[in-house]
Formats: sequence, structure tokens, C-alpha cells
Amino acid sequence: MHELSVVSSIVKTAEQEVQKINGKMVLEIYLEIGKLSGVEMDSFHFVWPQCIQNSVLENARLFIDEPHGKAKCAECRTEFDVEKLYDSCPKCNSPFKEILVGKELKIKKLIIK
Amino acid sequence: MCTTCGCSSDENEIRFTKMGEVPTHSHNGHHHHHHDNEHLDHHHDHDHHHHHHDHDGDHNHSHEVSVVQLEKDILHKNQLTAERNRGFFEALNIFSINLVSSPGSGKTSLLERTIADLKDKVSFSVIEGDQQTTNDADRIHKLNVPVIQINTGKGCHLDSEMIAKAVKELKPTQNSIMMIENVGNLVCPAMFDLGESKRVVIISVTEGEDKPLKYPDMFYGSQVCIINKIDLLPYLKFDLEKLKESARKVNPHLEFFEVSATSGEGLQPWYNYLTQSVNQ
Repeated sequence: MHELSVVSSIVKTAEQEVQKINGKMVLEIYLEIGKLSGVEMDSFHFVWPQCIQNSVLENARLFIDEPHGKAKCAECRTEFDVEKLYDSCPKCNSPFKEILVGKELKIKKLIIK
Repeated sequence: MCTTCGCSSDENEIRFTKMGEVPTHSHNGHHHHHHDNEHLDHHHDHDHHHHHHDHDGDHNHSHEVSVVQLEKDILHKNQLTAERNRGFFEALNIFSINLVSSPGSGKTSLLERTIADLKDKVSFSVIEGDQQTTNDADRIHKLNVPVIQINTGKGCHLDSEMIAKAVKELKPTQNSIMMIENVGNLVCPAMFDLGESKRVVIISVTEGEDKPLKYPDMFYGSQVCIINKIDLLPYLKFDLEKLKESARKVNPHLEFFEVSATSGEGLQPWYNYLTQSVNQ
């Protein structure tokens, strides 16, 4: 269950950022977790409450943006939506592509008190 | 610490055991307990990132609220250490392989066979990853090559930090091959770059032909796919071409090797691949 590692990493980063500005706690946290990032959101929401206990994130409101996958065909340069990493180009059927959007896994913003 | 899922890496004990030496402990987190083997305790607190702070003055009052625009990749730290590992391997011409698969695909048997057959031609060092036991490292240790066992405890994958620590202990030589046998798990290791030269996914013919489609991240992130246990093909209704087709669907760039670690069939092309990669 690597969602544990992901959330642990978020908690660690939040602790660091709060300490950096001598804050007390995080009021709001904004995450970006793309649909192609490999993070299982059910597992994520399962571990989140447990992991933030006794941390600066304990009372934080959680906002998650989940951008849909988008890719650019390496052969015909068509941009298309992807649900799975291995979806082929709808125009020329090539499996070769560049993922433009959807693999994000980041902390966008923290509102710290 | 959460007693249900064991979360909080502060208390999850990760153990490093270099075969041939007394076992040591390494605790992750802010509080380090220093044991006799202090050389395995490392503080990795160097985080380099750029972000903008919105401050109201130099100090924070309790009623003041700050907006920190972070834009920080969550696995950023792992990425940084992975690149450092990669640099280390490149500088010493060490061909490093991250071996991933389901449990039971034959990773360790393949490693044993490969090392036994090639160790007179090229130097090996091995990092073994499992939740518990040193069983795999014990097997490799019998071949007289340097090996270290990482026990992840409740962890389900190896990460670049663990590799960095293990490499410092192993002290691999120039122009050698480093084999990293990841925890048997077709899901989580896909997300964690270790800094390897190549990622090799192993699948055995007793698994389903559609496995690559069910676990695309792992096959997408690998460069080589070894199909193991081909000696069992006469007894199975397994369609080798169908497997390769589903794997290619997820990753058209995959390079295939069809082998049997027990019978020896098909191993020569895999050995050639290894020796050529080090000699580059």
C-alpha cells in the first residue's frame, strides 16, 4: 500500500513547511493527484485520517485536484484524452505518445496559521 | 502510530543486514536512536526546492495566516536521491538492475543462476528487499558475492533512500553489475525510482497472459521483460504470444527474454545482454 508512503511524505513536508515559518498548523492543503499518477484514491482517503493524527495536518481541510490524462501522439501529433497509460492514438492508432497531463503528484499550496 | 495500517514511518523499523556481519538497525524519522553501528544512520534532510512565501512581516502571530505556494512534487525527495544514485552508478560504470515482479515469479532463482554462471566473468553485488527474513540474501550469500538484505517491515517497496544506504555498505566496484531484487509486489515499486540503469519485470508462465494489462504501471515503467519458467510450458495452456502482445500494448519498447532459471533454457541471450551492458 504505497498510498501510505505518499501520505507520509505529505505529512513530513507539511511539518517542515510549518516549522519553516514558525507556524502552528495547516488550515488548508491543496494537492494535485493526476488520474495517471498511479495513486489509488480510495486507499489514499483510507490512510489519510490515520496518518494526519497528531500532526500539523490534523485539522486541515483537504482539497484534491485530479486532472484527467491527456497525451500527444508521437507519430501524428494529435492530442487526445487518455484513461489508461497504454491507450492508443484515436487517429492513427499508434501506442507511442507523450503524456502531457495526468501524472502529477504534488502539493500545490498550504494555508498555514 | 496507526495500529491498523502501521502508518508513520517514524516507527516502522527498516533493517539492513549485510551478509557476513552482525545485523544492525536503522530508524527513519526525526528521532534517531544511535546504536553501535552508527555508520548506517543517515540524516537525509537536504531538501532543495523553490517556492514563494507570502509573509505578513518577519514573524508569525497566532492569528496570522500564511499562504505557502509550494508546487512540490510529493515524491520529490525520492526522485532527488534516485538521481544521485544514478549518478553514482554511471560514474563507476555499474550496471544496476531493479528486478520487479509478483512474489513467486522466480526472481531469486534467476539471480542465483545468473550469478553462479557469470561471476567469473563479471563482479556482482546484490541488494535484496523483503518485508521480513534474510532468506533471499542467505541464498545469494552462498555464491560468495557481496549482498545486503533490506527488511522493509510493513513497507511494500524499496525506495531510493534505502538503496543509497545499502550501496554505501556494499561498496560495489567499478565495471560491475548491481542487482536489486525489489519486494515481490507488482503495484507499489512502480512508483519509486531507485536510480537504476534498467528496470526488469519478471513474469512467469504460471501467471495470467493479461497480467501486463492488469498491472500496467509496472510494465510501462520497465525496459526489459523476462518470461520465466518456460520449462513448464508443455504442462500449461499458456499462450506466450498473447502475453507478449498484452505487454507490448502497455509498453511497445519492452525487450523480452524467455528463460527457465531451473533448466537453463534461454539464459544465454540474457547473459549476453548483461555483459554487453557493463562493457559499454
